Amino acid sequence: MYNFDYVRPSSVSDAAQALSNNTDASLVAGGHTLIPTLKQRLAQPSALIDISQLAELKGIRSDGGNIVIGAATTHAEVAGSADVKAAIPALAELANGIGDRQVRHRGTIGGSVANNDPSADYPAALLGLGASVVTNRGRYDADSFFTGLFSTALHPGEIITAVHFPIPDKAGYAKFEQRASRYCLVSVFVAQKSGGIFSSGETRVAVSGAGQNGVFRVAEMEQALQGNFSPSGVSGIKVSSANLMNDMHGAADYRAALITAMAERAVGAASA
Amino acid sequence: MPTISLQVNGKTVSGEVQGNTLLTDFLRQNLGLTGTHVGCDTSQCGACVIHVNGDSIKACTMLAAQADNASVTTIEGLSQGDDLHPVQAAFREAHGLQCGFCTPGMIMSAADLLSKNPNPSEAEIRSWLSGNLCRCTGYHNIVKAVQIAAGQMSGQRIAAE
Repeated sequence: MYNFDYVRPSSVSDAAQALSNNTDASLVAGGHTLIPTLKQRLAQPSALIDISQLAELKGIRSDGGNIVIGAATTHAEVAGSADVKAAIPALAELANGIGDRQVRHRGTIGGSVANNDPSADYPAALLGLGASVVTNRGRYDADSFFTGLFSTALHPGEIITAVHFPIPDKAGYAKFEQRASRYCLVSVFVAQKSGGIFSSGETRVAVSGAGQNGVFRVAEMEQALQGNFSPSGVSGIKVSSANLMNDMHGAADYRAALITAMAERAVGAASA
Repeated sequence: MPTISLQVNGKTVSGEVQGNTLLTDFLRQNLGLTGTHVGCDTSQCGACVIHVNGDSIKACTMLAAQADNASVTTIEGLSQGDDLHPVQAAFREAHGLQCGFCTPGMIMSAADLLSKNPNPSEAEIRSWLSGNLCRCTGYHNIVKAVQIAAGQMSGQRIAAE
């Protein structure tokens, strides 16, 4: 690992100032992607700005029809939250399946969302629930936030402060784990909500681990589930393998088959 | 260079670290606490598990500077002098180790589990320890050791009440 300056700001605005003073700096929270990346010398930031202990980025609250999770909240905190378990049990379950317990004690939701790994769990939940990403400069819908492999709509120097998850009527998550890394070989998040606060449609289906451009929605499954919210509603729908990842962990055709299977399981598991 | 100050096994320690100093390196090289092992150095094997502010974490994937002001417990801080922690004693009793390399991390993970869930099921034990790899034992005796420790620790609680 190359050396870098270590900076611990006392507020989000201090962190933003530190980032604008030093364009080669990088934010760090749990560091569970960044530190391994630095060890491999795949990045060489001049400074790490540690936002993991900022109180304004931590914590979970229920706010009207939303669950609001601070960006520096760890996966273990989300998985163990009584508010999350009561309102969106599928989200607690998803958080509890990331990595292993020791990883979940450090890794944060903001870090995972900002990294947008195509095989990460959280992007499926954000897209599947129609969540909003709140930053120190504004707010993004999940549909416009995830823009491609490891890329997001965030501007240089922009800091995620929280994620707002609308509380659905029902949601389910199913993950086929890559056994060595515990990332998603394929995962599917399904949510349904009457009342139409989702930006388009009442049922959403989001897939992680499979797309060449990262997380994506499956319109055909969403339409089918609006008429028939049951595993049989999606069992006959195959996603084209043309834009799916094809690597040593799984061929594109295999991932396509898994998307249907995981969608069936996610719908079957969906609970209020 | 940042100067950090933290509690390690109940004692206040401080030292200068570089930004890129890992917590494992600070413990092993600055403090001589070599019970925290470095196996894979990629946050997969769990040989480096310690407790930071009451949670088990992988110290190879935390910067020393991030532990400033934290309360840290390593395997060296678990026993009370010659009196082994119940998890340590149970690993010996159940033969939960062979080469011993993974053992400090296994014990620190298991001790955190039992502090949060005093009566875990076998599935909960296996799930909690899934980030601790052992290439010798096949895990059965490790799980057995955690079950023995859970029984002994709940017995101690009853005796104390």
